[in-house]
Amino acid sequence: MSTLTVERLTTGYGDGAPVVDGLDLEVPDGAVVALLGANGAGKTTLLRALTGTVPTRGGRVLLDGADLTGLRTEERVRRGLALVPEGRGVVVELTVEENLRLGGLWRHREPALRAAVAEMYELFEPLAHRRDAPGHTLSGGERRMLALAGALVSRPDVLLLDEPSLGLAPLVVARLLGVLRDTAARTGLTVLLAEQNVTGALSIADRGVVLSLGAIVADRPARELAADPALRHAYLGF
Amino acid sequence: MDRLVFLLSSGLARGAVLALFALSLVIVWRSARVVNFAQAAMAVAAVYVAFALTAASGSYWLGLLGALAAGALFGALVERGPLRFVPTDDPLPGMIVAIGLVMVVQAGLAIGFGPEHRPMDAPFSERPFTVAGIPVLSPYEVFVLVVAAAVMGALALLFGRTRLGLKLRAAAFAPETSRLRGVRVPRMVTVGWMLSVATAALAALLLVPTELGLSPHAADLLFVDAFAVAVVGGLDSPVGALAAGLLIGVLDSLVTGYASAAAAPLAVLAVLTLVLLVRPRGIFAARERRAG
Repeated sequence: MSTLTVERLTTGYGDGAPVVDGLDLEVPDGAVVALLGANGAGKTTLLRALTGTVPTRGGRVLLDGADLTGLRTEERVRRGLALVPEGRGVVVELTVEENLRLGGLWRHREPALRAAVAEMYELFEPLAHRRDAPGHTLSGGERRMLALAGALVSRPDVLLLDEPSLGLAPLVVARLLGVLRDTAARTGLTVLLAEQNVTGALSIADRGVVLSLGAIVADRPARELAADPALRHAYLGF
Repeated sequence: MDRLVFLLSSGLARGAVLALFALSLVIVWRSARVVNFAQAAMAVAAVYVAFALTAASGSYWLGLLGALAAGALFGALVERGPLRFVPTDDPLPGMIVAIGLVMVVQAGLAIGFGPEHRPMDAPFSERPFTVAGIPVLSPYEVFVLVVAAAVMGALALLFGRTRLGLKLRAAAFAPETSRLRGVRVPRMVTVGWMLSVATAALAALLLVPTELGLSPHAADLLFVDAFAVAVVGGLDSPVGALAAGLLIGVLDSLVTGYASAAAAPLAVLAVLTLVLLVRPRGIFAARERRAG
């Protein structure tokens, strides 16, 4: 679908030191790339800078060669770049159905929107039983599913995910990552997945990128990375 | 008995106007987190447009449409103009700008059209129908109730059942998440302002023929009462604005009828105080929820 290119990206908060400094990264069309690193490595900040929620100080973000850097968040989303932020991504005052519709409004006209929402209910079956439930009544796992489904309903070209497995039961994590892997394989969706759950992330990724103090310190095929105890110990803490 | 029926029914008509104006304050609060103190001044400015259109064309209905259009336009101008430069993380600066706008708009209207009251005709008779010798509602009051109900119904449909309504609600509840869903949040804020001021303009237009007439200050008291109504109902709650509007309209009418007009504001104040003591966020306010 699309290639995400990050060129010498520098970003941070307020007047503070940069959190991500001069970072280069390419997520090729259809690839699933795991973004790994300890707490504070800059994973969340990088993802937020890619969607424009945190301002960029320097460098560029390109989607299939088109520069997104000057665009607002909602315009980047409309170019096909979706983010599921950590622990959020659901409007808790709206129902499950409304949250799903909201995600697809800009992309689909009415019949297509209904079809896209129905597809999400098939993909995330527990949500189908809770269509009219307000977001704030959902369990943690249901919320995470809804956040992911709300991003997928617009059929993005590139999906950024921030810690989708954080705080979830292992079975739910397996299910979520399974859906993600299947969807990526089926649709050619490009995925950049930030995770502390290294094993889970590398199990569905083609490539793993390790971030430390805002810079990339390793970029290797997922299988190789999973089998390298020295690297795991140095940067991932186990 | 006959007096009670009359007071209840005319209280209901006044309450409907109050509810409509309070609803307009709720809409702008929800979409922009601003208590728009300039709502009355802007609404009255739109009624001046209606007045001019009606005078030029002889048609009340053209004036009514003009008030709605002018209200929407003024809402967009204020939001895109002065309020775009105000920080949005704190409601206070927006309110202060709104208070400044009151002075600018009211002074502008007084300079342009003069400070005097201009009588404005109602499109229907204000003489009440009588049922079994008891005066009930005037045709104009029936008209007011019908228009208020129609507008509230239309707004409920717009917010609850349309694609635009879904975006408006999402942008109001969770702007960050909405942006990540591709919602053009700044545009939604503008639309919220347009809907809000158009609704307020309609409420003011409905009120003016039953009061002294049109002047730059014609809706000042309406604003004060409607603000109390909106707070009693819960600033976030359209249903609260409706219920509290009708309640306060009837209360005002009963106290005016059985005690005196001077006692009515005191009764409203007593209710306001009581509600804020028992439920500081208003009767229909949503309970605090975790942010999404």
